[in-house]
Amino acid sequence: MRNLFLISCLFLMSLSANAVIETYQFDTDVQRARYQHFIEELRCPKCQNQNLSGSDSAIAEDLRRQIHRMIMDDKSDIEITQYMVARYGDFILYRPQFNSSTAVLWLSPIALLLIGLLVWWRMWSKRARPSATASAELTPAEQQQLQDLLSERDELDTKTDSEGRSQ
Amino acid sequence: MQRFKLFIPLLVFVALAAVFFGVERKIQGGDYAPTDLPSALLNQPLPVFSLPALDDGRILTNSDIQGEWFLLNVWATWCPTCHYEHPFLVSLAEQGVTIYSVDYKDEAAAARRWLAEKGNPYKATIFDAAGSFGLDLGVTGAPETYLVDGEGIVRFRYQGALEQKVWDRNFAPLIAKLPVLGAGQ
Repeated sequence: MRNLFLISCLFLMSLSANAVIETYQFDTDVQRARYQHFIEELRCPKCQNQNLSGSDSAIAEDLRRQIHRMIMDDKSDIEITQYMVARYGDFILYRPQFNSSTAVLWLSPIALLLIGLLVWWRMWSKRARPSATASAELTPAEQQQLQDLLSERDELDTKTDSEGRSQ
Repeated sequence: MQRFKLFIPLLVFVALAAVFFGVERKIQGGDYAPTDLPSALLNQPLPVFSLPALDDGRILTNSDIQGEWFLLNVWATWCPTCHYEHPFLVSLAEQGVTIYSVDYKDEAAAARRWLAEKGNPYKATIFDAAGSFGLDLGVTGAPETYLVDGEGIVRFRYQGALEQKVWDRNFAPLIAKLPVLGAGQ
């Protein structure tokens, strides 16, 4: 109980999250949602491992203002994306379009997956091979032999069973 | 064979260490900068602008910045690296290189004082207070320097301070290859 209390105290003391606080006015919730989507999906060109929403740099601030302005000017999503790519290249998109320079980026996961599957398949087939030969189809003669053996054992079993009971 | 398999992790480690060491050396030597981005403007015309000049406030447009080839330097007084590169720009201008500049998101008075004190290597300075031309150029910070050819096409963009080493390695070979204006026609 005491631990629980202490842990909840920790939550109360947690530092405020470092989100960017700029208050832009929007007419509709759709505009606000589009703005949020853009600042999450576009990368800050200066601090290259952050998106626009997480960056404090001056250029990120400018780009956020620009996105807000373009949304308020009723620009379409494609127009905004094209505007950004024309200035900062594919780099600014966290999900770059597929073209010759981004092909490696898009295709390497698939290639790695295929390599993984190949390795897995080889390991699996190696492990499965001994049992696979054993469970191969029996010839009719072998089948007969097997049946004989099984029935013989059944007879023995019932015999010993009844003997055991009679004693 | 089983024994060899035990050493695979070690071999992978050694290979990776060699790669990382090589890249790190290239970064130290200035041959490779992982944070540099290829400019989206490369081989594209300089964006259209219409902005006041820093010195007298007259409106400058694309037709005001021209030359056989020229540099367009993006700078600001708030930028420490610009302070560092300024003497080299002055010496380039003394050698006859045409340099225009964009004073990026700056205060006019401070910028004028800067040029008065340190010398003015620029043929004209575009005063971009709001950073709108910077945005069109795809500027990520200052300083940045663009090499523009006689047709107004951007041929190279350098992010960071210009200095002799950068000039010799990146700019001089490109400039040597630029077609002389009018010679091709």
